Amino acid sequence: MDPFRFVAAADEHAARAAASAGARYLAGGTTLVDLMKLHVERPRTVVDINALPLTEIAETPGGGVRVGALVRNSDMAHHPLIRARFPLLSQALLAGASPQIRNMATTGGNLLQRTRCYYFRDTSAACNKREPGSGCSALDGCNRIHAVLGTSDHCIATHPSDMCVALAALDAFVLLSGPRGSRVVPLVEFHLMPGDHPERETAIEPGELITAVDVPPLGFATRSAYVKVRDRASYAFALASAAVALDLRGGEIRDARIALGGVATKPWRAREAERTLVGRPPDAASFRAAADAALAGARPRAHNGFKIELAKRTIVRALTRAGAMA
Amino acid sequence: MSPTELDTQAPPFAEPHVADQTADVALIVNGRALRLVIDPRVTLLDALREHLQLTGTKKGCDHGQCGACTVHVGGRRVLSCLTLAAAAQGQSITTIEGLAESDRLHPMQQAFIDCDGFQCGYCTAGQIMSAVALLQEPCGPDDDDVRESMSGNICRCGAYPGIVAAVQAVRGRRR
Ligand SMILES: Cc1cc2nc3c(=O)[nH]c(=O)nc-3n(C[C@H](O)[C@H](O)[C@H](O)COP(=O)(O)OP(=O)(O)OC[C@H]3O[C@@H](n4cnc5c(N)ncnc54)[C@H](O)[C@@H]3O)c2cc1C
Ligand code: SF4
Ligand code: FES
Ligand code: FES
Repeated sequence: MDPFRFVAAADEHAARAAASAGARYLAGGTTLVDLMKLHVERPRTVVDINALPLTEIAETPGGGVRVGALVRNSDMAHHPLIRARFPLLSQALLAGASPQIRNMATTGGNLLQRTRCYYFRDTSAACNKREPGSGCSALDGCNRIHAVLGTSDHCIATHPSDMCVALAALDAFVLLSGPRGSRVVPLVEFHLMPGDHPERETAIEPGELITAVDVPPLGFATRSAYVKVRDRASYAFALASAAVALDLRGGEIRDARIALGGVATKPWRAREAERTLVGRPPDAASFRAAADAALAGARPRAHNGFKIELAKRTIVRALTRAGAMA
Repeated sequence: MSPTELDTQAPPFAEPHVADQTADVALIVNGRALRLVIDPRVTLLDALREHLQLTGTKKGCDHGQCGACTVHVGGRRVLSCLTLAAAAQGQSITTIEGLAESDRLHPMQQAFIDCDGFQCGYCTAGQIMSAVALLQEPCGPDDDDVRESMSGNICRCGAYPGIVAAVQAVRGRRR
């Protein structure tokens, strides 16, 4: 690690005051400390925000839930409101990392976790995300784990989060508090596509603090599922994942939510696929048609072409699981 | 490798190991109140091993990928390699050294011996700290539930069958 100044912030005001240029907030540390050891993150000040009162999970009017930025991933996953109303979110959280890491990882930190692209993590490799303009080692390197959706000629790294995929399906909102006041950003707009500027990953501005995530009410989210496919049964990042919810009435799909992980440069909402399902019966043909629509724009590189069919089957499995729910 | 050998191999351009401040950290480790004045870069794992001579907690990957460094902070299992010691200020920490009561092993430690839950032993402290925490967590009854809940602890020797048996024995799910 490079040397840094350590500040334990007592409250939000102190945290933001300490967050000068080159500072990083410290929540669970499972992304930040890891990357500081690799010299990928080199903050001059580390502002510990763990004393801030952002640890609540509360019901919002109409049946939604607000989750504080410092709620641990394990606590969100096991919370009765999350489990009852948003099973796909609970399942996504429990599919991520390991029990120890979930006890550390926070809502806010999970939103801002960095890609697991090997070249991003290796300071001897060219990487536009880490060092703008240096090139992308993955384009013609080992790109088996990389994205097929939302890529650019400058970066093809996946967004690694499971939680964010479920939140994208649920149309969640990110609550931010900064020097110029508070604002709310839809989760699907919070993460940016790499385009010409892969170093710009989210809509957060310097010094801004994530205070909470709002999950709006969605009645049919009780019929939902998160399916994650990885190289081993547990404790691995997604090669492909799907968060889905189905509104089924009278043997017909009235509405649907589909979001993908492991295959895209950001938590990927598949709206086109959702539309293909409306008005159709919940059967294998409908699900396969939706899966085809979701991956229609996929652009594989040398080693990750397998992800296209894998993602389709993951979607079909998730939809089948949700469709079969009582 | 002797310390002198280490020195000669250090690259001449290595950054000097200094921070512009130190952290004054109070911890309660295995029931003992301690105070450390350390570089803020020191992880909880290194604080335990290098500053407090509690070497039962092991360093495998140092990057959150193996679970060897698992300890309890505030009663919950976490990875000490990704925890800055300074961020554990005021916390109560339990390591493998704190499980036994004088000469009486914790039932999980005994079960690991009885069920052949280790071979080389490198991962074992982390496995046992995870397994003890698991007893207080939501976890289904089956072997597969235990496997999933223990998946954050890698064992290079492949002692997994014995580990699952030990956890199930302590939970009264077996024998
Ligand atoms: C071995 C390993 C395996 C993993 N596997 C998975 C997996 O399978 N699926 C998955 O989804 N994730 C996985 N993860 C990633 C893990 O989920 C994230 O590291 C974690 O969610 C980050 O949260 P944190 O609180 O620890 O963040 P930190 O490391 O504390 O912070 C991360 C970033 O967010 C910033 N930050 C944190 N909180 C705030 C806030 N409130 N406001 C503004 N900025 C903030 C920090 O400054 C930092 O830049 C894995 C991690 C490891 C190490
Ligand atoms: S894919 Fe993105 S993160 Fe990976 S090397 Fe290329 S620019 Fe860097
Ligand atoms: S040493 Fe901490 S997880 Fe491997
Ligand atoms: S007993 Fe050797 S690594 Fe587990």
